[in-house]
Amino acid sequence: MALPKVYGIETEYGIRHTGVSDPNPIAASSVLINAYLAATARRAEGRVGAPERVGWDFEDEHPGDDARGFSRDGAQPPEIETHLVNAVLTNGARYYVDHAHPEYSSPECSDPLQAVRFDRAGERILVESMEAAGRQLPDGQEIVVYKNNSDRKGNSYGCHENYLMDRNVPFGQIVKHVLPHFVTRQIWSGAGKVGCEAATTGGVDVPFQLTQRADFFEEEVGLETTLKRPIINTRDEPHADANRYRRLHVIIGDANRSEVQTFLKLGVTGFILCMVEDDWFGDRDFTPAAPVPTLRQISYDLTLRKPFELVDGTTVTALDVQWEHLGLARKWSEENGLDAVGGELVGREVLRRWEQVLTALEADPDSLSDQLDWVAKRKLLEAYRERDGLEWRHPKLAQLDLVYHDLRPGKDLAAKLGLEHLVTEAEVTSAVSTPPSTTRAWFRGQCLERFPGQIAAANWDSMVFDIGGEPLKRVAMMEPLRGTEEIVGPLLEGCSDAGELLRRLGT
Amino acid sequence: MAEREQIKKTSTRETEDVVDDVPTTSKKGEELKAEMDDLLDEIDEVLEVNAEDFVRSYVQKGGQ
Repeated sequence: MALPKVYGIETEYGIRHTGVSDPNPIAASSVLINAYLAATARRAEGRVGAPERVGWDFEDEHPGDDARGFSRDGAQPPEIETHLVNAVLTNGARYYVDHAHPEYSSPECSDPLQAVRFDRAGERILVESMEAAGRQLPDGQEIVVYKNNSDRKGNSYGCHENYLMDRNVPFGQIVKHVLPHFVTRQIWSGAGKVGCEAATTGGVDVPFQLTQRADFFEEEVGLETTLKRPIINTRDEPHADANRYRRLHVIIGDANRSEVQTFLKLGVTGFILCMVEDDWFGDRDFTPAAPVPTLRQISYDLTLRKPFELVDGTTVTALDVQWEHLGLARKWSEENGLDAVGGELVGREVLRRWEQVLTALEADPDSLSDQLDWVAKRKLLEAYRERDGLEWRHPKLAQLDLVYHDLRPGKDLAAKLGLEHLVTEAEVTSAVSTPPSTTRAWFRGQCLERFPGQIAAANWDSMVFDIGGEPLKRVAMMEPLRGTEEIVGPLLEGCSDAGELLRRLGT
Repeated sequence: MAEREQIKKTSTRETEDVVDDVPTTSKKGEELKAEMDDLLDEIDEVLEVNAEDFVRSYVQKGGQ
């Protein structure tokens, strides 16, 4: 039986510090995040026990461990040496400086719609961070963030997805069925990009492509994340009981402004992974004969019709593979229900929207301009081209490509273009400070909210308490679907401080 | 691909059912174009004037 999926999404945001002659993105990211944390702390003043900044605990980080069964020596989480700002928020998220970018890692979510809500909460936190930084910076300076994945000059930064999986599934099975999904889902997951940043396009002219990221992938499977990026990343850090679980760390997606795309990206991939766990694909193998060139070909093909070759020598289109995956997912859900993919309502909605998007991509892609970033962006660019008679190489189109991802209210082109919302602004506001109630993020966030002065550090699978006069105590949270409001709510409700909580937990 | 055709037929029907419940808004081409023109004017006002400088100065250090 497929394991209930737990979903997470982490975004490295693009950052610009304007009004300075020699901008330093690491310093700007620190200023941005520190300004937010200080503003949040000021708001919390007056409340009992608040606020202390709680840092990240690196005990659990092993980015050099490879899912194929070996470990790379010397791979350390980079932050250990650099001591950059690294905070845990009361919504259960992690907010920190990573590789010269501000990064928001959502708390663990139990369904893809909840994950959209916490991804949007991340956007809101970045907006509030810009505003807080703006109040501190000298006149004429501004820090601006962009939810995109490329500077159009060959530098890319990621939007990663995380999925909880059954450790017993052979990694080779994941590669076999997930790789074709990642290559073909681009037709509905892409955020769109003007031009191309790959060293070579094989002689194809690429005025505009479906995704931001395809140009940056060079391998099929591997451990790297910053160079020679692989379509399937093998980082093996489950952040949970390693005997039972693996966390599939997905690095190939675009950062979407569209909520529909984030929903589908997480929702559909959740279905695919459940089907892998249940060995649902049988002998069907959609592995491309040449995965990396196929990845790029699909991103470059705006007709969505160009066939590619599979390992068995037959040819298919990306739409063919997506339709077959949808058919398999329907049959899988009829037999297995929807509990593992976020429950009945959300699971049905994933299937409904997936089908609706495939139908529209086949009949009239332009009709998806309120649902898919690449369609919305292309529509905008075509309107500019028509009005001003611009060639694709005109810098104004490159500018619009970047500005589409600007998060500042009033300058936010994605908002102006009227993309459909799946969550309300009130839900986003709540998700900025309150954790998901259905995962262990509830315990993490609520402990931070209630006992901030008594938490020495936190990470995904443990909390370290300092209740004074005793050694620090670590509380392990190795089960991502425990520590929920239902399970620990009553326990937390009755505790006046962390010492009492630890006594009740029996530690 | 027979299976796929069947899925697609089913899906078309379901999609039509859903569409039936939604009030149809059919705007004329001209009306849509006017809306888009207004939007472009609005965007022009928030864009930095020198596109080339803006694009050149948007430089990021690589990430993951």
